[in-house]
Amino acid sequence: MAAALTGGRKAAPSELALWSLAGAVVFLGSWQLVTASGLVSPRQLPGPLAVLGAAWTMTLQPYAGSTLQTHLFYSLQRYGFGFGLAVLVGVPLGLVMGRFRLVDDIVAPVFESLRFVAPLAWVPFAALWFGTGIGGPVMVIFTGALPPCVINAYRGAKLVEPRLIEAAQTLGASEFRIIREVLLPGALPSIVAGLRVSAGLGWQSLIGAELIVAAAGIGYAMTQAQLTIAPSIVIACMLAIGVIGYLIDIALRGAERAVRRRWGQA
Amino acid sequence: MSRIVFENVTKTFNRAGNRAGGDFVAIGGVSIDIAEKQFVAVIGPSGCGKTTLLRMAAGLEAPSSGRVTVAGRPVAGPGPDRAVVFQQFALFPWKTVRENIAFGLKCRGESAAARERAVQRYLTLMGLEGTADSYPHQLSGGMQQRVAIARSYAIDPAVLLMDEPFGALDAQTRTMMQEELVRLARTSPRTVLFITHSVDEAVYLADRVVVMGRNPGRVVAVVDIDAVRQREGWAARSIDDVMELPSFTHLRSGLWRMLREQLGGRSE
Repeated sequence: MAAALTGGRKAAPSELALWSLAGAVVFLGSWQLVTASGLVSPRQLPGPLAVLGAAWTMTLQPYAGSTLQTHLFYSLQRYGFGFGLAVLVGVPLGLVMGRFRLVDDIVAPVFESLRFVAPLAWVPFAALWFGTGIGGPVMVIFTGALPPCVINAYRGAKLVEPRLIEAAQTLGASEFRIIREVLLPGALPSIVAGLRVSAGLGWQSLIGAELIVAAAGIGYAMTQAQLTIAPSIVIACMLAIGVIGYLIDIALRGAERAVRRRWGQA
Repeated sequence: MSRIVFENVTKTFNRAGNRAGGDFVAIGGVSIDIAEKQFVAVIGPSGCGKTTLLRMAAGLEAPSSGRVTVAGRPVAGPGPDRAVVFQQFALFPWKTVRENIAFGLKCRGESAAARERAVQRYLTLMGLEGTADSYPHQLSGGMQQRVAIARSYAIDPAVLLMDEPFGALDAQTRTMMQEELVRLARTSPRTVLFITHSVDEAVYLADRVVVMGRNPGRVVAVVDIDAVRQREGWAARSIDDVMELPSFTHLRSGLWRMLREQLGGRSE
C-alpha cells in the first residue's frame, strides 16, 4: 500500500518508514489538536498524551487487580490456546475435506452456516460449557480463529496438482501419507496465508472472550474501565490490543514470506 | 509374471453439459497383450486415447467395459507394482532429490539404511551424483526427469508405465535420455508401456509398436521391431547410428504412413 501512495515508483525502505511515521504523526497530532481545542470534553475523548500517561501508569500500578503487562500475559495465554487449537483442528479438517468429497459434503453445510455466527454470540454458551476460567475464553477465540484455518487448508488442498497425488498413489502411499506429505506441504502457502487472517480474527475475538472473565486480561481491564468510566484506560487498552495485534501480524507475514521463498513462489 | 493385457477395453467419458451432447468415446474396444519384460510403445494422433490406456493400466482410470489385467489380476487401483513416469515429472517440489527417490520405499516401510542404499544406487545409475540434497526446481528438465525415473525404478516395479516421459525435454536431452533408457532396459528389463507421439522414439526404444487411430480410439496396427533390433544389435549402437540404418528408416516410414492415414486427409 505504501508503494501505491508514492505513485508506484520504487522507494527506499527509509523513505517508506518516513511516510509511515508521517501518517502516525498526522493522526496523533490531529487527535491532540481536537482534544486540546476544547471542542470535546476529556470525558468523551481523552487526548493521546493522557492515554499514554494512563498506559504508563498502568504498567507500574495495578489496575483492576493487575498491571498492564500481567493483563496482556493472561490474554496472550488464552489467545495462544484458542488460536493453537483452531490450527490443530482447522488445518487437518480442511485438508481432509479437500481430499474426500464425502467428508466435504457432510461437514460443509454445518461449517458454512456456523462460520457466519460472530464469536461474540458464543460467549454465553462458552461460559456455560467451559466456565469463565480459561476454557470459556479459549472457546470464543477458537470460534473466531477456526474458519480461515479450515477454508485456506481446504482451498490449498484443492489447488495441489492432481498429478502429485497420483504420483504418490502409484508409489504406494496411504491416504494418511498423502495428506501429510503431499496435501499439507502443497497447501502450506495457502495455509500460512489463512493463519494470518485467523490470527487476526482470533485476537479480535479477545474482547468478547474476556467479557466473561472475572480475574485478569486486557479485555477484562477494558470492561472494568468502561464500567467505572475511565476513558483514558479504555483507550490505553485499545491501543495495547492494536499494537499486539500488529506485532502478531508482522510475525506471521514474515512466516508467510519465508514459506513462499522456500516453496519457490516468491 | 507381469504381463499386461487389455481385453476389449472401452472408455467412455461422461460429458455433462457438453454442447454436442452425449458421451465421448475415448477408447472403443482395444485389445493389447504385452508379454513379460516386453517394451511396447504406443503412438497415435492426439485424442486417440493412448494416455487413457496408460492410466487404466496404472489404475488411475477404470475401463467402462472390458478388462485390464496385470500379472493375471484385474487392475483395481494404483499400486507400487506399476510405477508411472509422467510427462510433467510430477516430482514433489518440497522434497529433495533424495526424499523424492526414497518416497516409494518409505511408503513400503523400508529402513532408513535400505532407503539410502537404493538412493545411492539410482543416483549413480541415472548420473545424478551430487544432486541428492537439491530441490527439483534447482535442476534442469532433463535432470528432473532422471529423478522421476529413478523414483520409479527405486521401488523395483514389475511394470513401468511411461506417459510421454521425454515430451517436455529439448531435443538434445531427449536423445540422451532415450539412450539411457535403452541401457536401463537392457540391464534391468521390465514390462514397459511407453506412450509417445514420436515415431523415431517408438522405433528406437520399443520391441513392438502399437499404432492407434481416433474417433473412437482403437488399434490400427502392431509392428514388430524386436527381430530387426536383435539382428542388427541396435542396443549396442548410438541412436544416431541406428537412425541411419536402412532397416530403421524403412520401419519409420512405414509407421509414418499409417499414422498419416489416421490423421485423415489433412496431410494429402
